[in-house]
Amino acid sequence: MTATRLPSWLRVAAPVAVGLLGLGAWFAYVASGSAPRMLPDPAAILGEGVQRFPLIVEAAAITGTNALVGLVAGTVLAVALAALAATWRPVDGMTAPLVAALAVVPIVAITPILNTMFGASSQFGRAAVAAIAAFVPVFVNTLRGLRQTRPVQRDLFRATAASGAQTFRLLTLPNALPYLLTGVRVAASLAVISALVAEYFGGPSDGIGTAIATYAKSGRAALAWAFVGGGIVIGLVFFLVTSLLERAVARRLGAGRPPA
Amino acid sequence: MTAPAVHAAGVGKVFPSTGGEVTALTGVDLDVAAGEFVSLIGPSGCGKSTLLRLIADLDTPSAGDLAIFGKAARQARIDQDYGIAFQQAGLLPWRTVAANIALPLELHRWSRARRDARVAELAELVGLSEFVGRYPDQLSGGMQQRVAIARSLAASPQLLLMDEPFGALDEMTRERLQTELARIAAETGAAVVFVTHSIPEAVFLSRPGRPRDEALRESPEYFTRVTAVREALHGAPLQRANER
Repeated sequence: MTATRLPSWLRVAAPVAVGLLGLGAWFAYVASGSAPRMLPDPAAILGEGVQRFPLIVEAAAITGTNALVGLVAGTVLAVALAALAATWRPVDGMTAPLVAALAVVPIVAITPILNTMFGASSQFGRAAVAAIAAFVPVFVNTLRGLRQTRPVQRDLFRATAASGAQTFRLLTLPNALPYLLTGVRVAASLAVISALVAEYFGGPSDGIGTAIATYAKSGRAALAWAFVGGGIVIGLVFFLVTSLLERAVARRLGAGRPPA
Repeated sequence: MTAPAVHAAGVGKVFPSTGGEVTALTGVDLDVAAGEFVSLIGPSGCGKSTLLRLIADLDTPSAGDLAIFGKAARQARIDQDYGIAFQQAGLLPWRTVAANIALPLELHRWSRARRDARVAELAELVGLSEFVGRYPDQLSGGMQQRVAIARSLAASPQLLLMDEPFGALDEMTRERLQTELARIAAETGAAVVFVTHSIPEAVFLSRPGRPRDEALRESPEYFTRVTAVREALHGAPLQRANER
């Protein structure tokens, strides 16, 4: 018996069917009256979402910007430090324990401190939290990628009298790029989560996280859920964009290239 | 009077290791004249690759003098007096065949137009003209090795260093590439230092003065020489195959 691939219509239809079934169960649960007050039915959430759409977009833009700034800053820092660590052993020795320490710090734990440090009107603390969260996976993956160069390739570049900068640009970096982008993909989700959760701990009174906390506390369940939907959309966009980037580069760099 | 392509006198190499020092080479004397084809032959671990790496300045000798065209090995490397090919093709998978061949030219800042012209010439020379747009993972092992050879020839060096370039290939491909290499070496007039552990390969390639073609492989003289080299190799770790 061989494993057969599902026909394409079924591969689309199956998850849709599961989703519809879930929605149906949700409606039935709320209609039965035994659901908690904070769980409205999907229609109510959608209604609020449509009604407050501009508000949600505005909040999502703020949270999304914080996450993006954090992701970019964390990535730049991580790549720069990984390049240093890959080049000079001592730097590697100095950064390895630091990064290990950073990886185990519950980043959310320092958020109230950062928010207070940079003031109630600054988004900086939130972006910083996202940057710290993004830093670790990018650093670890990039450093591994920078060590993928094979001895024969290194010999070739040395024998061809390539300069250090040429070797980095034409050999080390292309070898590391797929790893770097895997790191960025992992970091993207972390940056969004961190930027959003950071809003629960003070700072300016805007953004998706703040809105969810506010409306949840005041009992406007459907609206709180609509903002959660906004957070999901940010996460999805970050994930999709970074995944596509990762795939595009992998294809360009020869992995899994279709025969010409 | 031109300087010999390679001049080595009393060259030795000792590698430091955790369990004490490992002596790879001692007292190697070697002269390779311009345009000469020399094979370094011997069993695995006898130091033939080490000697090639010293000539290429990928390692530095612990003793003795080494000159490439009368210069220090380091200077010869920087001046790109030699081209090199290894057992592994070592192609960059994200570059096309053409871009792989052009790599040394790109590193030395040739203009795009000159580069393209030279790549077309080289692809023709190694019989890969139809494949310049392909990527390495779309090529067979033999074709990848031809790309590596074309790359080693890119800057028209007067010395080719080859470290078992056909070692990982099947016998048929290997023989075809040997014939091609002999032709290329003759056409370009470059000296070749060729590391191999195959006696027939060394005998076929390092045959001074005569054309090397398929007929040679079946001549009685060829077998006599293979036998001679085999006998000479007993007890001698490193021998020049074309020494009489």
